[in-house]
Amino acid sequence: MDDTDEIVQEFLVESHENLDQLDRDFVELEREPGSRELLASVFRTIHTIKGTSGFLAFSRLEALTHVGENLLARLRDGKLTMTAPIADVLLAMVDGVRELLAAIEVDGTEGSVEVAPIVARIQAVLDGDVPVAAAGPAPVVETVVETVVEAVVEDVVEAEVESVVDAVVEAVVEPAPVVQAAAVAPVVPAEVVADEPDVPTGAKRSVADSSIRVDVDLLDSLMRQVGELVLCRNQIVRQAGLQDDVDLVRASQRLNLIASELQEGVMKTRMQPIDHLWSKLPRVVRDLGAQCGKQVRLEMVGRETELDRTLLEAVKDPLTHLVRNAVDHGLEGSADRVAAGKSAEGVLTLRAFHEGGQVVVEVTDDGAGIDPSRIRAKMLEKGLRTAAQLDRLNSVEVLQLIFTPGFSTAAAVTNVSGRGVGMDVVKTNIESIGGTIEIESVLGRGTTCRLRIPLTLAIVSSLTIECAGDRYAIPQVNLAELVALDSTQAASSLERVGAAEVFRLRGMLLPIVRLSDVLELDPGRADGQLVIAVLQTDGRRFGLLVDRVLNSEEIVVKPLSSQLKSIGIYSGATILGDGAVALILDVQALAKRCMRQDSLERDLAQQRGDSEHAAELDQVLLAGIGEGRQVAIPLSMVTRLEQVDASRVERVGRREVIQYRGGILPTIRLDQHLHAESARGDELTVIVYTSGGRSVALVVEEIVDIVDDVDVRSDIEDDGLLGSAVVRDRVIELLDVRSAIQAADPNFFTVTEAVAAGHSVATEPEAVIA
Amino acid sequence: MSTQLATFTLDGHTLAIAVEQVQEVLRSQTRTRVPLAPPRVAGLVNLRGQVLTAVDLRVPLGLPPRTEGEPMVVVVRVGGEPVSLLVDTIGDVVEVDERDFEPAPDTLTGAARELILGAYKLPDRLVLALDADRAVGL
Repeated sequence: MDDTDEIVQEFLVESHENLDQLDRDFVELEREPGSRELLASVFRTIHTIKGTSGFLAFSRLEALTHVGENLLARLRDGKLTMTAPIADVLLAMVDGVRELLAAIEVDGTEGSVEVAPIVARIQAVLDGDVPVAAAGPAPVVETVVETVVEAVVEDVVEAEVESVVDAVVEAVVEPAPVVQAAAVAPVVPAEVVADEPDVPTGAKRSVADSSIRVDVDLLDSLMRQVGELVLCRNQIVRQAGLQDDVDLVRASQRLNLIASELQEGVMKTRMQPIDHLWSKLPRVVRDLGAQCGKQVRLEMVGRETELDRTLLEAVKDPLTHLVRNAVDHGLEGSADRVAAGKSAEGVLTLRAFHEGGQVVVEVTDDGAGIDPSRIRAKMLEKGLRTAAQLDRLNSVEVLQLIFTPGFSTAAAVTNVSGRGVGMDVVKTNIESIGGTIEIESVLGRGTTCRLRIPLTLAIVSSLTIECAGDRYAIPQVNLAELVALDSTQAASSLERVGAAEVFRLRGMLLPIVRLSDVLELDPGRADGQLVIAVLQTDGRRFGLLVDRVLNSEEIVVKPLSSQLKSIGIYSGATILGDGAVALILDVQALAKRCMRQDSLERDLAQQRGDSEHAAELDQVLLAGIGEGRQVAIPLSMVTRLEQVDASRVERVGRREVIQYRGGILPTIRLDQHLHAESARGDELTVIVYTSGGRSVALVVEEIVDIVDDVDVRSDIEDDGLLGSAVVRDRVIELLDVRSAIQAADPNFFTVTEAVAAGHSVATEPEAVIA
Repeated sequence: MSTQLATFTLDGHTLAIAVEQVQEVLRSQTRTRVPLAPPRVAGLVNLRGQVLTAVDLRVPLGLPPRTEGEPMVVVVRVGGEPVSLLVDTIGDVVEVDERDFEPAPDTLTGAARELILGAYKLPDRLVLALDADRAVGL
């Protein structure tokens, strides 16, 4: 019901605007009667209202606008000429439309407004029953109306003045009955006339008043200015941080807060629910289903999820393409489905939600899935990859090849899809707005395409790094983790495979790209310490070697001149807190430039193995806590590993905390928690777990390894442990992560679970469209 | 017909561009270098929140690198976009007559020929008209 209401609301806003336009047009028409242009404009307005009213099943409104439209069409085409009687009926029609809209605004129905008489009058004009002559009466009507209006106005004014006077008089002396009677008489009708438009809506603001349309250019310029403000804010906050002036610091904090809120507010004005896109899809799916002879049910979850309107526009075509693809290729015909033991009706699910500053949109079908062997065959057939190349890939990796340019699996070229210009274009489009796309498929069970789209293009959170004395920004979207190496580590842990440098990241070889090499600069750091920013794009992973990491902040993306854009390493520039310009690295272009195409996809699966299937594989991280003891922590509970300077640990009451990414990270030392004693160094090794926006840090002595399932378990346990297990001939304690986290942050689970519960409620299927 | 030109110097030469093309003149600003960019790109500058490309005019004109002093900056609009041009010093705005214009002599060759439209003969010196669009590399 709410959806219909929303459409009706939109219709009302639009119609009110249209009526205003109509009024202006009529005024103009009076000046130059018979102007085709104006008549055409009036015609369009009425036509628009008619169209929507028919769609929304407002039959009387439709009937009225329909005849009005006929009349206007004849006037526009010059078959009739504008005369006073015709102007009269047209005005009567507009009034009728107004009345109907007012009625609809009150309760969503057309109420008791009668349109038959007006329809009959217009019809009579159309039928030529009314003498279409003499422009004589027009001025008469006008004057009559004017005098009536004047009279009423006069009455009202008089009446009001008198009644006020009366009231005053009344308070003092008993007024003369005659005067009172005379005063009261006009008051009543006048008041009724005056109040009438307000009565139905009551205290509620009418639709036309509660929302306005704003020029997109104006919004864009507001957005730009807010961007400037954010930069200026960054500069001031930075400067204030260096001062001792408490008032200045306070003011800068307030400025910080206000600027953030303003930024959020302005961004919100540009946000639109994804439903604007989705609302067109049921029709697409239905038509396509009918065309392909398939029964398809479309489900939409999270249709209120909002994103920037420019992005919405950019996502439109790729999304439509994915939906068409799913219906055409993904879902099987009814007979095949029944034979496979599924319901005859295929289900296509669209799901949208916010996650980590991005909007995730999934298109899922419960169809036949994609057979990797078919993709292999196709790749070979089209000569896009060699057999040797394909042999190195596992099935998940093969699946991503569907995005290769020139690839199409459709057996026959239909007019729906299968022209081979599909998925690679989708991918290019999504990537051009800084998004990513990935595909998952289970043979016989279905396919999911997952788009990750940034919330907005103008402001991105990024990591500022230093390389050869210059600062560069890396979008956080591309950043997986940071690994800091001290000089001894740096020398020993960067190994070579042929000419290529690699780093062992939890047992996997991570290709290393030196930023200074790419930029053809001299490395700027002599002490041998290095930082690896583990970056990912298109499912590729690589480590970017930089001199140091400075901080993470929100940056405003400024475009580069085409000359610099064509270098292909920078996606834009930004202005840092101190006013200096920094280049934003285009991680995707970096990957393309530095890595061989076919070796790239391989990393994807490894990364997936790490993150997504971790729970299934039950991988655990082994960490030393001192005294030779090792604990196992499920990898799913590890968000990030960090090295932190021991001096950064601060205290809040009895608890230890670390300032981390602009927040306060509750910290627990696992050795104390488990009654061990670990060696204390200058650097702390920290395991960060983040959930529902909250994070905790577990301090361990060292990270030992990552191992797959530990199967020999025993229930010999102790405080803070779940039990023990044997890994590589050694007894490992299984950490009760929950209790450890609670020891660090007692409210961690109550808050995050509340968030999770709220989330799951919100993602219940909301609409089922057959 | 006379036109107004904004003049500046580079390695002893006086060059000029039409006054309407000039947005403003500034002292040298901190520049962020752009690795891998064409040699003429001296870096990026922050002009009141706008990121501009700075072009060192000595490079496209084939003049020797600036050895001393900080360059001055002329912000010009090229193809609708502002660009900062690095020059040695800023000169006056001069009024020139079209009749005093002569195309570049045939003996002028190399990179500079592409960028110099010609010379205006003033009583005391020659003012070389610069093709700003080409100098910037558009």
